[in-house]
Order: sequence, then structure tokens, then C-alpha cells
Amino acid sequence: MKIWLVRITFLALFIAGVVWFDHVRSSRPSRAELATRDNILLLGNGTEVETLDAHLATGVPEHLVLSALFEGLAAPLPENPDGDGPGAAASWEHSADYSQWTFHLQPNGRWSDGKPLMARDFIYSFRRILSPKIASEYASMLYPLKHAQEFNEAKITDFAEVGAKAVDDLTLKLTLVGPTPYLPGMTKHYAWFPVPQHVIERFGEMTERDTKWTRTGNLVSNGPFRLKEWHFFHSITLERNPYYWDAKSVRLNGIVFFPIQSDNTEERAFRDGQLHATMSLPLPALPRYRNERPDVYHEDPNLGVYFYRVNVTSKQADGKPHPVSDKRVRRALALAIDRESIIRNIMRAGQKPALGFTPYPDSIGYKDAPGPMRFDPVEARRILAEAGYPDGKDFSAFEILINTNEAHRTIAEAIQEMWKKHLNIPVSIRNQDWGVYLDSQRRLDYTVSRAAWNGDYLDPSTFLNMFRTGDGNNETGWSNARYDELIKLATLEGDPEKRMAHFREAETILLDELPILPIYWYVRSTLRRPEVKGWKPSVIEMRCYKAISLEPATR
Amino acid sequence: MLNFIISRTLQGLAVILAVLVITFGLLKLSPSSPFNGERNVTPEVRAAQNAYYGLDKPWPVQLWRHVSGFATFNYPPSYKLKGRNVGEIIAQAFPVSVAIGVPALLIALALGIPFGAMAALKPNTLEDRTATIASTLGICMPSLVLGPLVALIFGLKLKWFNVSGWFDADDWVLPAMTLGLIYSAYVARLMRGGLRETLAQDFIRTARAKGASEPAVVFCHALKLACLPLLNFLGPAAAGLLTGSFVVENVFQVPGLGQHFVSSATNGDHPLAMGTAAFYAMLIVAFNLLVDIVQAMLNPRIGLKT
Repeated sequence: MKIWLVRITFLALFIAGVVWFDHVRSSRPSRAELATRDNILLLGNGTEVETLDAHLATGVPEHLVLSALFEGLAAPLPENPDGDGPGAAASWEHSADYSQWTFHLQPNGRWSDGKPLMARDFIYSFRRILSPKIASEYASMLYPLKHAQEFNEAKITDFAEVGAKAVDDLTLKLTLVGPTPYLPGMTKHYAWFPVPQHVIERFGEMTERDTKWTRTGNLVSNGPFRLKEWHFFHSITLERNPYYWDAKSVRLNGIVFFPIQSDNTEERAFRDGQLHATMSLPLPALPRYRNERPDVYHEDPNLGVYFYRVNVTSKQADGKPHPVSDKRVRRALALAIDRESIIRNIMRAGQKPALGFTPYPDSIGYKDAPGPMRFDPVEARRILAEAGYPDGKDFSAFEILINTNEAHRTIAEAIQEMWKKHLNIPVSIRNQDWGVYLDSQRRLDYTVSRAAWNGDYLDPSTFLNMFRTGDGNNETGWSNARYDELIKLATLEGDPEKRMAHFREAETILLDELPILPIYWYVRSTLRRPEVKGWKPSVIEMRCYKAISLEPATR
Repeated sequence: MLNFIISRTLQGLAVILAVLVITFGLLKLSPSSPFNGERNVTPEVRAAQNAYYGLDKPWPVQLWRHVSGFATFNYPPSYKLKGRNVGEIIAQAFPVSVAIGVPALLIALALGIPFGAMAALKPNTLEDRTATIASTLGICMPSLVLGPLVALIFGLKLKWFNVSGWFDADDWVLPAMTLGLIYSAYVARLMRGGLRETLAQDFIRTARAKGASEPAVVFCHALKLACLPLLNFLGPAAAGLLTGSFVVENVFQVPGLGQHFVSSATNGDHPLAMGTAAFYAMLIVAFNLLVDIVQAMLNPRIGLKT
């Protein structure tokens, strides 16, 4: 009897303990609620940033942190981040043909340590990123500057020849290779950001890649926020920069970026109230959020295109040119891809079927862009027969090269099926690791290869320049003299209307020859808590951080 | 004893050197470069990058640079994570992995030993079957499945712990629980096997014949010997737990060491991949040495053979 009493008491105590524990633990406020109270924004940011040195950075996570820390000559507009508002420069003017620009810096522009930001800081920054020795991957973003490319390729060594001059402390004069109406938009890219000479040279030489100037306590920036803490692989915490020229407009007290690589983990963290906004959304969870949580689900067009490259120089096993080197065959392949079905059944996030190569042309002022891409299996079969392969007869098998990834495989399988069904062409799929895949593509060791491209700035040239003969990103072996000429003409043309006409003609040639098969245009699906206000969509992931605020839901 | 330790340390150094060389060789077989990106860069930039990190030098020179760097604690910089050297990256991540690995090991032992022992003492009963099925399930369940499950139950449903992150003092609980549960399954099976085998031996019969009580037989005579297979497993297991798990770190968003093993290799970040591999080798060597010494102390029949 007594032993039972003891046992029951223990059991009761244990249950009471669990209930108490449950009560205490489950009533904790979530981290996002606490942060909202402190006016601090918590953001998922993909992978860990590799560096906070704007001249060595390459990825989107880096871009998102750097554009809160630093500010280029122009900055995203609060109401439309893709527009160009005053940044480090208060105003600018250009010559009639857009090839000479004068930027007037903010009279009270300062670094986050209080030192004034001068025109010569920009000259120093341009010289640094263009220096061959630092080997910056994004140096080519500055090639619109006269002689910048020659300096970067070490063909000239005197930076005075490069088209960037500090007229006085607050005036910067840029001379360009040709007319560049979209230059202010380009200066919002981190390659154009100023970096602090007085800090960099305290920790090493100008062109050293591995110094400690970007660490907590060392980094000095000129944007709305400054670095407070960088816990490697854990979080980057920014605080308000009191020396920012427009500090009074900054509404947040701070931003914390979390490098959450797995989209599933990020979605769980969001559900647990640890983030105000995510960077991504796992595909399986997407339909549920889209249908049931319109208050947190956001779907925005993104200036990116998913496409297949075709190696137009491919050979068959017997050494003869592969059928895909015939443009009629490539057109048949393009016509046999049912883009709607891929989006509806695989992607499911409201992507748009690619009409042409430049995505969402209207959003970048590229009106009446050619858009001949469509699904027409009958026409596809006819053209294939015309090219000498009726019903796929004698067509030599080839592979679709993908980098190892479930989504790419699923799309490749769908297209494999479509080409088999509509054209009776035997296709297989080969996957390679990222680095190996990039290498195969570069060496033209493939027949058809999956690819994607995101725009850096709002102009068709960010997409169309890459298919010039010999461009490092062409990677299809395709070359067309008229295309090269049109791109060149567009580069030299001062009249915006005529420029666009050149791009239209060039893209028409590209879509007629089809060294690439456009598949879909990107959208970005993310989750954001309703208390985040002032966050406007952007097609190139520009964020106007100073306009974002946190307003707790009224109860 | 001292001779034994010295000779094993020397062997260990040879192993670590071999690990460095083999890792380097394997990485060099992959065409992937740390500077490969979706966008191509000009050959000039590529050449300058290679020159900066000494990748334009012949292989043996590169290898020598890395190995001598590690040997003199003058760690080479990571190719990918600019401005950080390998020693610093490991020094930052290792304490986090230890903070998860140690409790995970304790959970594994605290669950595995009693359940394994119970199963061994009552063979072919309901208790034995339950413990065996549970441990088989635990072994089969990958952390990729168990982790999100644990996060879902204790994080999202019960709201007892943060579902991910590394902020609060109790954020080690869920990842340690995930790893601990999985390892406890191995511990339980080894314990059951070890104890059953020991209990069948002659000296146990002798002990029983002497009239020793059952607890005395199990705890004083059998347990010491029954732990030997488990001990052999614990050396490498402890090294594995302390260096973190890629999956668990990803699921719970923990800034540990495990992710660097995987990402450095896929990124072609040679110095970091070599550094993490050598560090892991070092831990394995150290734990195996420790296990050998403890084993010799537990069982006089096993000597310290070099």
C-alpha cells in the first residue's frame, strides 16, 4: 500500500513538473515579437556572406547586407527600389548622349566613423576594384568607364587615364566608353560602392584580399546602417549609422541577417516567429502559403531567366556536326517545350513562360521586345522533318547537362519527356557537381545544358551582351556578326529609342538562331510578417532599408 | 606506458600527414575551382586570383605550402571565406560542436547503456524485444528525418524550445537530443551484445557458483568486460560527435564545424577542406589512444602493444 502511495506521488509530481514546464516554455514571446518591440528587423539571408568587402563580394546574400551598410552614388527610392534616388550623390547631370556624367556628392556625406566622404574616396574605390592585383570578379561592372577595362587588364597602368575624376571634394566627373542612360542604376551595385581608404590601409595594402578591415569594430561604411557584430555563420547585426546623411529617415534601429542555408529550416524558423522575413520558400510548402496565408506570402517578378544553352559546335560520335548545330533543329526543340505545363506542374510559384530571353522587358523600359517563344508540337515536328529528321529518324542521342539539384532534374525530365513525345528524339540526363558542371559548360563539353541568368541592372544589355562572340558568358560557341554589330551600335547610341531598337533587332536574331532555349522567367516567393511595412518589391532585389519600418499589429 | 604514448603519437602524426596529402590529392582531382561562379570572369582576373593564392605553382609546392602552414600553426587563408584563415574558422566552430556533441554523447550513454543492459539481462522478453526494435529503428532513422521531426514536435508544436538558431542557453537541447537518440541506438545494441556474451562466460558461472548475488555478478564482474565493444565504438563516435554533423547543423541552424567539412569540399576550398580533415583525424587518433589506455586498464589481458 505504502509503496503505491509513493509511486503515485512521484507520478503526480512528474506530471505537474511537465505541465509547469510546458506552461513556462510555451508562453515565451517569440524572438520576432521581442525584436519588433526593439524595432530591429530579423531577416533570413541564405548562405553565409563570404566577405563584406564590396570589391570581393559576388553573391545575393552579400548584396543584401552590403546595400544596408554602404550606399552607391544613387540609392533605391523608398516607393520603388528599382528607381534611382539620391544616395551618396545628392544630384547628377549628364551630357546629351549620356556619356559624360557629373555627380554632386551629399554636402554632409560621412563615413560611419564621422570622417567626411569625398569624391576622392570614390576615385580610390574605383582604382581598387579595377586593380588587376586584387582580382575582383565584378570589376567588369565598371567597364562603362573609359579605359577601365584596359586598366583592369593591365594594358595601361596609369589610373589617371581612366574616365573618373574628382573635380573638387564633392564633385565627381565620369567619362564613359559610350552612352549609358542606366548608369545611376548601375551605381547601386556593390561593385560601385565606395570603400574607406583610411580603414583599408590601416589593415594592409590596397590590393590585399585577406585583411581584417571588414571585421566587427574595423568596418566603416557610408550607408544607413553600420556593422555592430558579425558572428561567423550565425548572424550579422547592423545598427543605425548616426553619421548617415539621411539618418532622420531611417526608421529601424537595426537589422539582423541570419545565414539560413536550408529553405526548410528557414520556413520552420519563420513559423516559430524567429524571422520577420525569409529569403526563400520550400516548394512543397508554397501552395499552402499561397492559398491560406496571403497576409505573409509574397510573390514578386524577378529579373532572371531559366534557359537551356545549346552547344552549336557539338559533334556526333562520328565527328560530323551534331543535329543541334542546325538552327531548324534548335527551333523544333524550342517549339516542343510546353512551358506552361512545366510552370503549372513543377514550379508552381507563378513563374512566367519565357517569351524571349530578356525577362519582363516592360519592367526595364524595353518596350515591344520580341517574344516568339511558344509551344507548338505540330510546327515543331514539321520543322524537324524539314531539317532531315522526320519523326526523329537518325537523330543521334544527346544529353542534357544539369548541376546536381532535384528541381533541375525534374525540369530536365519533363523536357526529356516532351522531346521524346513530340519529336521522338532520344535524350538522357547527366548531372554533375556545381564546379564540374560550370567547367564543362565553359569548355563546351556538353550538347544541351541547363542555365540561368539574373540581371545586375535594369537594361537589356545585362542579358544580351553575353551572347557577343567570345564573351566569357556566351558558352554556346554561337557567333553572329550582325548580332555583335547591333550590340556594339547599342553601346554607342545616345538616343534611348534607337538603343532599344538595336536591342530588339539583336534579340530577334538571337531568338531566330536559338543558341539558347528560354524556359521561364523567375519569380521570388518569400514570407514576410504583416508588421513589416514599407517593403516594396524589386525585380533585381534592391531594398530601400531606410524606408522599412516595424509596426506591431494593433490588438 | 610512456613508450606506448610516444610511439602512438608519432604514428598519429604520420596519419595526419597522410590525411593532408590524400585530401589534397583528391581535391586536385576535381576540376571544380573555388573561384568558379555562374558568371565567367576574364582570364586576367582568373590568373590574378590563382596567383594570389599560389594556385599557379606546381602541385608539390602548393601541397608543401599548406602542410608547412599547418605544421607551424601559420594557418593558410580560406579561398572562399575571404579574410579568414583555417585555424580561425575551426576555432570558432569547434566550441559550438562540442557544446552539442558532449551532451549528445551523454544522452546516448544514459539511454543506451540501461536499455541495452536491460535487454541483455532479460533476453527474449517483451523488454528485450521493445529495446531491440527501438534501437533498430534508431539506427535506421537518418538525422535528416529525425531532426525535423524533433524540431516539429518540441519546437513548433509544444513550443518548448526554439526550433532553430544558436542564441539562448538552451539551444543545444534539440540538436543534442537528435544526435543523442541516434547514437543511443548504437550504444544499446553494443551494450546488449557485450553483456550477453560476457554473461555466458565461465568466470560468471564461477562467480554465481561462489554465491555472489545477481547485482554483484552484473555490476562487479560482468559490466567491466561487457563495456569493451562499446568502448571501441566510443573513440571514433566521440570524435564524430565533437566535430559536428552537417545535417543536424543545417536543420537546427547551428554554427558548428560539420558544415565546413561538406561545403569546403564542394567549394574546392583546399585549405579549409585539408584543415577540417586533419582536425578530424587528430581527434580520432587522440580518442583511439585514450580508448586503448582505458581498455588496458579495464582488461589486464589486453596489453599496451605498440
